Amino acid sequence: MSTTVKEVQIGDVGAQAAAHADGERMSLNVGPSHPTTHGVLRLLMELDGDFITRCEPVLGYLHRGDEKIAENMTYNQFVPYTDRLDYLAPLANNVAYAITVEKLAGIKLPERCEAIRVLVCEMARISSHLLGMGVFGMDAGAWTPFMYTFTEREKLYTLFEELTGARFTTSYTRIGGVARDLPEGWMPKVEKFVDELPKAIDEVEKLLTRNRIFLDRTEGIGTISKEDAIAYGLTGPNLRASGVDLDLRKDKPYSGYEKYEFDVPIGTKGDCYDRYLVRIEEVRQSILIVKQVIASMPGGLWYADDAKKIFAPPKEKVMTSMEELIQNFMIVTEGPQVPAGETYFEAENPKGALGFYLVSRGGGVPYRLKIRAPSFCNLSILEKLVPGHMLSDITVILGSLDFVMGECDR
Amino acid sequence: MIDDDFVKALLEGRDFISVKHRDDCLTLDCLPDSLIGFCKHLRDDQTFDLLVDLTAVDHGEEADSRFQVVLHLYSLIHKSYLRLHVACPDNQSPCIPSISSVFPAANWHERETFDMFGIKFSDHPNLKRILMWDDYPYFPLRKEFPLAGIEVPLPAADVAEVTGADVDPAPMMGGPFVASGNGRMSEAEPRAKDESWTEESEKPL
Repeated sequence: MSTTVKEVQIGDVGAQAAAHADGERMSLNVGPSHPTTHGVLRLLMELDGDFITRCEPVLGYLHRGDEKIAENMTYNQFVPYTDRLDYLAPLANNVAYAITVEKLAGIKLPERCEAIRVLVCEMARISSHLLGMGVFGMDAGAWTPFMYTFTEREKLYTLFEELTGARFTTSYTRIGGVARDLPEGWMPKVEKFVDELPKAIDEVEKLLTRNRIFLDRTEGIGTISKEDAIAYGLTGPNLRASGVDLDLRKDKPYSGYEKYEFDVPIGTKGDCYDRYLVRIEEVRQSILIVKQVIASMPGGLWYADDAKKIFAPPKEKVMTSMEELIQNFMIVTEGPQVPAGETYFEAENPKGALGFYLVSRGGGVPYRLKIRAPSFCNLSILEKLVPGHMLSDITVILGSLDFVMGECDR
Repeated sequence: MIDDDFVKALLEGRDFISVKHRDDCLTLDCLPDSLIGFCKHLRDDQTFDLLVDLTAVDHGEEADSRFQVVLHLYSLIHKSYLRLHVACPDNQSPCIPSISSVFPAANWHERETFDMFGIKFSDHPNLKRILMWDDYPYFPLRKEFPLAGIEVPLPAADVAEVTGADVDPAPMMGGPFVASGNGRMSEAEPRAKDESWTEESEKPL
């Protein structure tokens, strides 16, 4: 009796089973209220064993009709609504919205106002990324970094409170300026904060960046190629992690960003780990920008003085002068007068490029305001990205995309 | 560089596009039938490969061409935006070709535009509502749709059966919405009309 030898490669069995598993497909519903989904995102998935074969995101659970509301109120009245888009960086939203309207109105802002805006934008970026990184660590199973980043974020919120009167919903900008000048003694506090922040970032890095478990869970997971990232309209850190050098602060500088020196971190592989690294480095760069702004903060006015029909005059003048009283009254009742036309402006926000497309027919109310939400575009890649991954990777992929549903659903 | 020569070269041999004068970026009018081909050209030959935004504007029921789809493309090489206007030919059932085969990013944007304006995108792989629920009967961003909303049944039929609840219009009085100086908010903002609650009759409890 002859013996036949059959070669079996043990290592391939798992992969073969995965490729040819013909078991029953299972439908799994994640969300809309689930810790993984960071808000009210719902995912309809089809599973084959532990592998995801199909993923369909369902949106709209936080849809409030912001664009419709914008058509029914004056430009300044809409500022508080922008707080609630990306509610982790409300200051950056305020600034992006104000710049859009000013662009259509053709207002030139004083240097101090622009510098203040850059300062608050970068502080918002730090705050948003601190949360993003901390929560991402938590998604991957590391609780401690979250505590470190939240402690720092708390300090930032105290600074925001001192500046704007609110910790969360800041509504700091007005069309043609900002609500109030920087309080006395505020900038040294910011400087102290950014001086101490790198130490905390180092500690987070010590906990995560070379952490074996964290690496295993994030490296090579959720890899987005350069081509896919562009095709699906990704922006912000998610796009840059895929190796695309697009940062609107460098490429289309606004609000005086061209005056400050900073680097734009770019990823190489586009996986979850790269997205984390890009965010860490962006925080460090933001710290540099904040320091430069504070060192070179120009004096002068914090609003466009010549925009008589746009920016309401200071309160003490309203109370004592007839002309300013009328000016204030007109702006409050009729809204800032913006000429007819259309414009599109995108700002490099922490989550990506937040764009506003504004159509005006003159007067104080927009005819149409479209909000181009970076989270909305960043999530559209899920349908393509998720299939082929294991169920346990979903948490990490969603965490690494760092989206906000308030902005996605508007 | 986006200059006059660039525009001239782009227009040459393409009678389906025309230039509009806008201050912020190059704006082109494009006929819907040539949209897909032109988008491919912009993406492959002109480096406008990042579709950043796709939306629509409702110019009102009396306008000749009521719905206008607006695209914004970005070029990483030129570091510049390009805006495309596409007028929808039919005011009653607006429809233009879908560009989701050229830009996958357009998939969700087109779904949203359909959801909000009722503009159909032919050959779209999955044209269904994205922000509102599937059975929602109206298109909220159309100008005739009231700000307060319109009463519709709850999306969850089983919940509605037990509670008897509907999706009610929002009360508009006292809201931060624009009113002219002539007294009654419900007259000043007819699109946000809410007769059940005005200055003269109390808010129903």
